[in-house]
Amino acid sequence: MTVHDVRSRHGDSKRGDASDGAILAEAVGGRLSRIDGPAKITGAAKYAVEQQLEGLSHAVLVESTIAAGKVRSIDTAAAESAPGVLLVLMPDNALRLNTATDWLGTPPPDIPYCPLARDITFSGQHVAAVVAESFEQAVAAAALVKVAYHETPAIVDLDDPKAGDGIPIDTMTKEWGDAQAAFAAAPVRICAAYNTPREYQAPMEPHGLIAHWQGDQLTVWEPSQWLDGMARTYAEWFGVPFENVRLVSPFIGGGFGSKAFAYGYGAVAAMAAKMLGRPVKLAVTRPQTFTAYGGRAATRQTVALGADAEGRIQSIVHRGVNETSVDGMWVEPLGSVTSIMYATPNFSSRQNVVRVNTVVPGALRAPGENPSAFGVECAIDELAYEVGIDPLEIRLRNYAEQDPEANKPWSTRRLREAFAAGAEAFGWSKRAPEPRSMRDGNQLIGWGVAAGTYPVRRAYGEAMVRILADGSVEVESSSIDMGQGTYTILAQTAAEVVGVAAEKVVVKLGDSRYARAGVTGGSRLAGVMTGAVHKAATAALDELVGLAISDPNSPFHALQANTLVVANGRIASPRGDGPEVSIAELLGSVGRSQIEAMGDTMPANSTADDRYKNYTTIATALSHTEGDYSRHSWCAHFIEVRVDEDFGTVRVSRVVSALDSGRLYNPKLAESQWKGGIIMGIGQALLEEGIVDRRHGRIVNNNLADYLIATNADIPDIEVISVGIPDPHSSALGGKGVGELGIVGVAPAIANAVFHATGKRVRDLPITLEKLI
Amino acid sequence: MRDFSYLRADSIDAARQAAALPGAMLLAGGTTLIDLAKCGVTEPETVVDITHLKGLDGITVDDRGATIGSLARMSSVADHADVKSRFPAVSEALWQAASAQLRNMATIGGNLMQRTRCPYFRDPANFPACNKRTPGSGCSAIGGVTRGHAVLGTSEACIATYPGDLATALVAFDAIVHLGDRQVAVDDFFLLPGATPDKEHAIAPGEMITAISILASAAARRSTYLKVRDRQSYEFAAASAAVGIEFEADGRTIRDLRVALGGVGTKPWRARAVEEALKGKLLEPDTVRRASQLAIEGAVDHGANHYKIELAPRVVARAILKMGETA
Repeated sequence: MTVHDVRSRHGDSKRGDASDGAILAEAVGGRLSRIDGPAKITGAAKYAVEQQLEGLSHAVLVESTIAAGKVRSIDTAAAESAPGVLLVLMPDNALRLNTATDWLGTPPPDIPYCPLARDITFSGQHVAAVVAESFEQAVAAAALVKVAYHETPAIVDLDDPKAGDGIPIDTMTKEWGDAQAAFAAAPVRICAAYNTPREYQAPMEPHGLIAHWQGDQLTVWEPSQWLDGMARTYAEWFGVPFENVRLVSPFIGGGFGSKAFAYGYGAVAAMAAKMLGRPVKLAVTRPQTFTAYGGRAATRQTVALGADAEGRIQSIVHRGVNETSVDGMWVEPLGSVTSIMYATPNFSSRQNVVRVNTVVPGALRAPGENPSAFGVECAIDELAYEVGIDPLEIRLRNYAEQDPEANKPWSTRRLREAFAAGAEAFGWSKRAPEPRSMRDGNQLIGWGVAAGTYPVRRAYGEAMVRILADGSVEVESSSIDMGQGTYTILAQTAAEVVGVAAEKVVVKLGDSRYARAGVTGGSRLAGVMTGAVHKAATAALDELVGLAISDPNSPFHALQANTLVVANGRIASPRGDGPEVSIAELLGSVGRSQIEAMGDTMPANSTADDRYKNYTTIATALSHTEGDYSRHSWCAHFIEVRVDEDFGTVRVSRVVSALDSGRLYNPKLAESQWKGGIIMGIGQALLEEGIVDRRHGRIVNNNLADYLIATNADIPDIEVISVGIPDPHSSALGGKGVGELGIVGVAPAIANAVFHATGKRVRDLPITLEKLI
Repeated sequence: MRDFSYLRADSIDAARQAAALPGAMLLAGGTTLIDLAKCGVTEPETVVDITHLKGLDGITVDDRGATIGSLARMSSVADHADVKSRFPAVSEALWQAASAQLRNMATIGGNLMQRTRCPYFRDPANFPACNKRTPGSGCSAIGGVTRGHAVLGTSEACIATYPGDLATALVAFDAIVHLGDRQVAVDDFFLLPGATPDKEHAIAPGEMITAISILASAAARRSTYLKVRDRQSYEFAAASAAVGIEFEADGRTIRDLRVALGGVGTKPWRARAVEEALKGKLLEPDTVRRASQLAIEGAVDHGANHYKIELAPRVVARAILKMGETA
C-alpha cells in the first residue's frame, strides 16, 4: 500500500501550487503534515502481523521461570496431544541454524545457533515454542509444556554482591592531561554517583512477525528499523542467499531502537514455518517485550569535577559501569557527553561492563548520550551551587569552543544560541537562585536547566526515483517510517527536485525488494535518505530535461535551449519564450512510459561487496569526527517542576527547549520528534524503572499498567525552538540528527529543577515520591 | 484451547442460578475478568454474561440518597450531575480511577469486585506461591517487590493492596451493597485477608451485586477524594483519602467527619479513629495533622512500601483541610 493512495481517498485537495499558498509547505523545509497520518488514524494502515495469509498458524513461546541454571527436561506430552497443536519446538528438535554476522559486520563463529536455550541465563528466556492452528490453542498448549530446571544462583543486578567490578572496556577510555592530580589540586571539588535503572522501549506496537517459506524463499512481515540488516540475519541463519529473503515492514508502531535486529523469536517463527511448510505468526506479548530483547542497561556513574573559584572546570574524572548479559556484550557509552560538553584541560573517563542475569540490553533512544548527560549535567549543576553561580552561567563559562576530545572545530554548535533563546523564552532571568525559594501554596517550584547533544551519524544511502507517464513521481526505498515522517520528507525532497506538488509523489518504503537502506537508528535516516533521494531525483530530472531538449518529438526540440525548468509538474524554458507542457504530455510526445533513476551516495569506486556491507552492517558508517570537523546536534532544556511538599510528587509544569538540529527538512515533524523525546525524558526522569525481584532475578512490572510511562496528563505544554542553521558538513541538505536529541538532557534538567525546588539532590532515577517525602 | 461455556443470562434469577454452578463467573464490563484470564489467574468454566439484563444500570439520586445499579458504567456514575453535587467524593474517585476506556466499559458491580494488582498474584507461571490464588501455597510478595503493597490490614498470609478508588469513597459514607434481597454494609463486604486471603468478599456463590446505595448526608455533600500517585492518570493510588465533613452552625467546629483511605490497606480502610479525634474540634491545621496520624495506627511495612505510612496521614490531613477551606 502506498500512503498517497489513502491520502487522495480522503480528498485532500491541495494542489501544491501558488493558488492555495501551499507551495512552501510542500518543499523541503515546509511544514507538510504527515502523509501517512490519515491511514494510521483511520486504521487503514496495515501493520506487519496484521497480514492475512492462507494457512496461517500461530506460535507461542515458553519462557524460563528461573534466571540461571540449566533445563533438565521438557515434558511436551500434554502439549503435543492438545487440540490443534502442530509442533512443539525445543532444542532437541530444532533445525540447525548458522550463527549470523553481527551488526558491526564481525564474521560469525562457525557454530550452530539455537534460539531456544538449554543453558538459562535470564528469567524469561525462550526455552520452547508451541505452534497450533489458532492462537488460543497455542496459548493453552504452551501452558502445558512442563520444564524442569537445575537452578543455580543468579547475579540479579549491578547491586548484587556477586556482580563484582566487571570487565574494563579499554576502547571507552579517554584521557588527556592529568585528571586525578588536577582534581586533587582544584579549589572547588564535587564528586557524586548517578544511577539510571533498566528502562524499556515500550513501543505501542509490540514486536512479532509472520514468516512464510515458498521453497527456499523466505518472506518475513515484521516491524523493522533495518530491513536489509534483518534480511541478512535471516538469510545467514537459514543458509540461503540474501536475495532469497524478503522483509516487509510498511508501518512501524514505534521502535525507539528495539526493532533494528532479528531476535530469537524471529528465528523460532521462521524455523517453525520451514518445518511445517506453513506460514507462522508469532506475536510477542506485552510482558515478553521486557525479556525477548533488551531495554536500556542499568548504569552507574561517578562524576568528579574540579574547578577554580569562579567555576572554571580544571578536571573531570568520570567512571562508568553498565550491566550486560551473561553471554552477550552491550556497552552503553557513558562518557560520550562527558568528554565533549565542557572545555577542560584534564580529563579521564573509564568504563566497565558487569555481567548479570538479564537479556542482553539494547539500544533505547540515545544509548550512551542519554545516561551520560544525566551524570555530567547534574554534576555541573552541583558545581554551580558549590561555586555560587547561576547554573546557566556556569555552562557558558565552561563552553567548549571546539571538540575537547577530538581537538577539532565543531561543524556547527549553536548551543550558546540555544541557551540564549531558551532562557529568554522561559524567563530564566527571573529565577530566584536559592533552593526552596519559589512556592505556590503546598507546591515547591523549581527551575532547572541542562544541555544535551547527539552525534551526527552518517552513512551512504540509495534510492530509486521514477517519473511516471502520468507525471507523478515514485520514490522507493527499503528504509522505513516509524512515525518520524520519512514518507513525508522524502515526498517533499523528490517534489522539490523534480518540480511537482508533493501530493504527486508516491513514496514506497518498508520492503527489502526496494532500493537498499542501512539502519534507521542513531538519528541518521533523514540525512542519509534525503541525500539519496535528492541525488536520484536530480538524475531523473536531468534525464527528463535532456529528453525534452534533444528528443526529435519533443515540443522543445526546436527551441535549442540549454536547459528547461520544471515547476508544478509543467515544463517550460527559463525565459518562458517557448511552449509549456505537463510532464505527462512530454513523456507522451517522446513515447516514454517512465524515467527511472537509481541514485546512491556511495563513493564512485564502491564494489558490490562494499554496498552489501554498507546496507547490512554499520561497518562503513562515517565517524562524526571524520575529516576536519566534529559534528553534533545540541540542545538546552529549561524545565519547571512543582513538587508537593507533603507528598513528594513531582509534576513537570513547563518545558522550553531550544535545539540545534541544523536545517530542518520539515519543522512540523522535527518539532514533533523533539517533543516526543522530551516526553519520553519526562517519563524517564519521574516514572520509568524495570523493577527486579531480587530473589528470582525477574522483572515484575512487565506490563504497561505497572511499568509507568508518561500519560498525557503528565505532560504540560512544551515549547520547542529551533536554533539550527544548515550544516553542510553533516549531510547533503544540511540537517543534523533530530530523533534522539530531544531526550538527552531532559532527566538532568528535571533533577536539577527538583533540587532547586526542594534542596534535595536525587541522583537515582526515577525521581519517585518516596525519595522526596 | 481453554474451553469455557458462555451463558447469556436473561434474568437476574437465571444469572444467579448460573453463577452458583462450580467454576462460574459473572461477566459485566470484563475489564478484570478478561485481564485475569489472560494472566492465567482465572480460568472460568462458565462465563455468565449479565450485560444484557434490564434495570440494573439505573442511577437515582434524591434527598434520601443514591441508588446505583450494578451495571451502571463507571463513567456514567462519575458524570451524573446529582452524584457530583451530593456525593462529590464518589464522582471524583471514579474520575481518577483507571483510564477513560476502562471507565466506559467497567461497571459499578465489577468495580467493587476488582482484584489486587499484586504482581505475584498476577503471574502464576513464575510465582506459584500465592495464598490468594492457591490457599496454603504461601505468599511470594513478602520478601519481594513490595512498593505497592498494603501497610494496613495485612496478615502473614497476604499483603496485597485493595486497588479500588470507588470503594474507598463508599466505605467513608457507609454505603450498602445490595445482593438481591440481602444487604451488606460495604465495610463488611470487603474481608480482611487473615488466614484466608482467597476469600475477599462477603458474597456467596449464586449471589450477585444488584445495586449499591448511599444515604444522603451533609458530610457526603461536602466531600472529596484526594488521590496521590506516581503519574497523573491511569495509575493506582500510592495513598488516597475520601473525606466528608459537616460543620456546626459556627462553620468551624466539626460535627461529622468521614475518613477512608485507599491504596494502603488490604481493603478500603475506614479511619474511625481520625473521625472520633476530630469530631467536636475546631478545624485547625495542627489539630488535623495530629489526628490524621491515627489513620495509620497499627500499620506494618515491608520495606519498600514504608513511604505509605508517611504519606497516608498527610493525604488525609490535606483532604480534611481542603474541605475546611471551602467552608
